[in-house]
Amino acid sequence: MTERASPVRRLVNRHTVSIATLLAALSVLPYFLPYYLQDFLIFLTVNVLVVVSYRVVTLTGEWSLIHAVMMGVGAYGSAMLSKFAGVSFWLSMPFGGLVAAAVAAALCFPLFRMTQFYFLIGSFAAGEAIRLCWVHFIRPFGGTGGISGIPSPELGEIDFLDPIPYLHLATAIVAVCLALLYRVERSRIGLTLHAVHWKAPLAESVGIDTWRYRSLALIVGSFFVGVAGALKVHYIGTVTPNQFGIGFMVFILIWVIVGGYGTFYGAILGAVVLSILDELFRGFEQLRPALYGAILIIAIMFLPKGLESIPFKIRQWREVRRGHE
Amino acid sequence: MALLEVRSVSKRFGGLTALDSVSFSVEEGEIRGLIGPNGAGKSTMFKNIAGFSRPTSGEVIFDGERITGMSPSQVAARGVVRTFQETTLFQELTVFENVLIGCHLEARVNVFKAVIGLDRRRRARVEHRTREVLAFMGLEERGDQLASELPLGSQRALALAIALASEPRLLLMDEPFAGMNPEETMRMMELTRKIRDSGITVVLVEHDMKAVMGLCDTITVLNFGTLLAQGSPADIRNDEKVIGAYLGGGVH
Repeated sequence: MTERASPVRRLVNRHTVSIATLLAALSVLPYFLPYYLQDFLIFLTVNVLVVVSYRVVTLTGEWSLIHAVMMGVGAYGSAMLSKFAGVSFWLSMPFGGLVAAAVAAALCFPLFRMTQFYFLIGSFAAGEAIRLCWVHFIRPFGGTGGISGIPSPELGEIDFLDPIPYLHLATAIVAVCLALLYRVERSRIGLTLHAVHWKAPLAESVGIDTWRYRSLALIVGSFFVGVAGALKVHYIGTVTPNQFGIGFMVFILIWVIVGGYGTFYGAILGAVVLSILDELFRGFEQLRPALYGAILIIAIMFLPKGLESIPFKIRQWREVRRGHE
Repeated sequence: MALLEVRSVSKRFGGLTALDSVSFSVEEGEIRGLIGPNGAGKSTMFKNIAGFSRPTSGEVIFDGERITGMSPSQVAARGVVRTFQETTLFQELTVFENVLIGCHLEARVNVFKAVIGLDRRRRARVEHRTREVLAFMGLEERGDQLASELPLGSQRALALAIALASEPRLLLMDEPFAGMNPEETMRMMELTRKIRDSGITVVLVEHDMKAVMGLCDTITVLNFGTLLAQGSPADIRNDEKVIGAYLGGGVH
């Protein structure tokens, strides 16, 4: 078993080709798209980071409802630092992530005294408390109107107000973040988080401090969603409390559930497929919530393991058919 | 000085007294059996030693340090590791990964190093340790198999391997022979002796009297939450109180 690392490495190599193709496609594609679809691609890229960072949290088995607010914490952190202190985007974006991570760290103590349903409710309450601070402390957060005029990134002659350069920037940052998150999951930490999720007593009995690992997952997830939040608002130029309400949190949950939470790419699949569907139904504004509801119900009934299980189902179905012949 | 000292430990659940001021001590290097009829408080005692439950009163001393009130992971870090009644494994992981998780204390994981890939030496050490433990338990051929695919006997061996990977000084085994056929029981007894010979003190809760009598140096008998008797297997076999308790006879 000395060659244990090699199958993993081979897997990465096999994926490297497809990942490179995908990145190349993403960098060329926007040139052939209308303006509003370029916009759409930026938000889609950011949302991919949102769901994958949420995955780190769910790996320990605790589904939180604070993720959307953590995105907001990163967004506000970065926006305020760059607007009020004049710090450049390149520093304020990671700073936003760090603020989100710090807030998450502070919340770990009260939140992880609860588990499961109580944790869910507790995380929702904590998130709402933070969000209402943005609404009610008009200084410095700007109330419901939020903060506008957030400076966009600066780098030489590149105009990041134009969606295409910004999309390239977002793709690059999100790709780096995904690579890091993938490594976290594949390292022994990922294995330990898995242990905490499925057999907490067994994990405890061999000395794994489950509380610490749950906190670690929340902090790491919050850092990356904070970065995602910064990426989003530096493009729009405005940050408001309503962008990060329970409505958006529900979208995150639906993406993850419909996509599947068994593998790394499940959630990405969910976010991408549902966002595209959502875009197709742009003309039928009244129908969209119902559509989402219907998709969620259908997915839970017929694809409880998410879109990611479709290849497996097809293989199974083929084998059954071969068996009949 | 004894390795493990249980000092008048009581555990009450409302009006029910599961343990009533039980005291005993375990010497380093022995195999100790903890027996008693159903509901005698054996598993409760285990939970209270391993930190999964806190005694209502009394204390547990391990190697001179008070471990009552510590969390299971803190107790494990001091060298007291338990196994579980039903086979408790990470079913969906491979045998190798199962033991790797057990090595947690040997080399804690650091997020930053793991992500950048600076933990190579640590990882090598942990994987080495994992292979050692697998070889010790006779599971080296099964490393890549899923835990759920193993036969019962090997699953139990794997559960022990996970516990051993965390380098315990005291191993608490909760019904290691339950549901095993005679051949599997024999193999498990050999493994338990081998574990003791490697320097680990063993305390086991068990119903299989033949195994307990054949394996243990000393036996502690609990009945209705109190200490009924303690002594060598031969003493216990002939103890009238013990016989009475097991046959439900009128010892009173």
